[in-house]
Amino acid sequence: MTELQMTPLNAVHRALGAKMVDFGGWDMPVQYPSGILAEHLAVRTRVGLFDVSHMGEIRVKGPQAMAFLDWLTPNAVTRLAVGQIHYTAFLTDRGTFVDDLLLHKLSDQEFLLVVNASNIDKDFAWVAGHAARWEVTVANESSATGQVALQGPLSLAVLQPLVDIDLAGIKYYWFAFGRFQDLPVMIARTGYTGEDGYEVYCPAASTERVWNAIMASGAPHGLIPAGLGCRNTLRLEARMSLYGHEIDDASNALEADLGWIVKLQKGDFVGRDALVRIKEQGLERKVVGFRMLEKRDIARDHMDVLIDGRKAGQVTSGAPSPTCGCNLGLCYVPLSHAEPGSRIEISIRGKACPAEIVPTPFYKRAK
Amino acid sequence: MYPSELKYTKNHEFIRPLGDGTAMVGITSYAQEALGDVVFVDLPEVGAAFAAGDEFGTVESVKTVSEIFMPAAGEILEINEELEAHPEYVNEDAFGKGWMVKLKLTGALGPELLDAASYQRLVEEESH
Repeated sequence: MTELQMTPLNAVHRALGAKMVDFGGWDMPVQYPSGILAEHLAVRTRVGLFDVSHMGEIRVKGPQAMAFLDWLTPNAVTRLAVGQIHYTAFLTDRGTFVDDLLLHKLSDQEFLLVVNASNIDKDFAWVAGHAARWEVTVANESSATGQVALQGPLSLAVLQPLVDIDLAGIKYYWFAFGRFQDLPVMIARTGYTGEDGYEVYCPAASTERVWNAIMASGAPHGLIPAGLGCRNTLRLEARMSLYGHEIDDASNALEADLGWIVKLQKGDFVGRDALVRIKEQGLERKVVGFRMLEKRDIARDHMDVLIDGRKAGQVTSGAPSPTCGCNLGLCYVPLSHAEPGSRIEISIRGKACPAEIVPTPFYKRAK
Repeated sequence: MYPSELKYTKNHEFIRPLGDGTAMVGITSYAQEALGDVVFVDLPEVGAAFAAGDEFGTVESVKTVSEIFMPAAGEILEINEELEAHPEYVNEDAFGKGWMVKLKLTGALGPELLDAASYQRLVEEESH
């Protein structure tokens, strides 16, 4: 087995007593001594701080950067303003996922792509490999970049005293450059929890300083460190996809219910032909949310979905939902059973357990 | 550090012999720590009989699920019904109010069970 990769905060997590796990080749905190439930609740009601330095950053620059990315990705890059972010993907020519990502527009000629940690090398090769005939340069800045995510309704109050940017002025899915104390940082109003919050990008060597300053500023607000365990339950409640679960190289963007990032009218892009064909033919299956009908039944990733006693799909993500107090999940089902109210069963240790398709997101914050 | 009056399994259950042919069974403090926040404990019916090593229930945490196995042969006399409303007792006090079932022992405790010192060594090995 190869050595696990570490973020600049590895020693900080260990000092905090975090339980560390192998997450896609990275040695990451799954939870701190407070536990997943307390961390989940802190993010929903107050504020939590995540180390997301493992995420990858790929910078694309050059005269054709915008045109290149508009062709490489399905969302409409030409519609973004400078300082704006959108969620998008790298798709194969079959319309399936290489990865999902956040695309930040720094200028018409410069973009920052934030990708999943486990896919950094694959994504960089994908972007660089497609860039050959375009006037662009592609740089993998992942190991030089630290990133923390401050998430929860009190995020602004915790972060504002530390930065020279008016944080309230950054709209959801926009970003700004400024100083964190004296450090140059990029701050985006994004996250993977369904709560308000900010993601702070800084030089890798300064990540520990950023982390410690935020923790100190947040102490009076009840800020606690939050691990990947609650990050998963939070994103599941918010119905955000996770690569390797709802999306992968075998699932296409339309059946993953991510049609909203696919702009078929914008012109040619990688994966478009396949998605046009899939749309014409109609989907066979789709990702939907479900709720277990019995309190004691908890669906987990990879369990079978049963319809009329036969395997009809698979659970992509399943867990107890701390916010709703029930057991939720996402799964692929045939279109015949994709409407809310439809009944399915989940095979839990050999027992067929009833579940109901419900609308998603399971959780939406009050505006 | 692990109570010396208990015996332990390699799968991280404990058994507490009560001296009258009965015993309490649960999971160790190390096991609950590894599972994280427990949200549900599925236990058998009173009267059910098990051999040593039989699966007798499951412990669901937010993060994962784990099967639990009988440290010794016995018949279920009582289950900890408090866990229905308070699964967090397993996290808070695994060896005490987080107990899971009370058994009428139907055989002797097996030689495969570990004493506290051996269990401590096992846990130290697993944590590295």
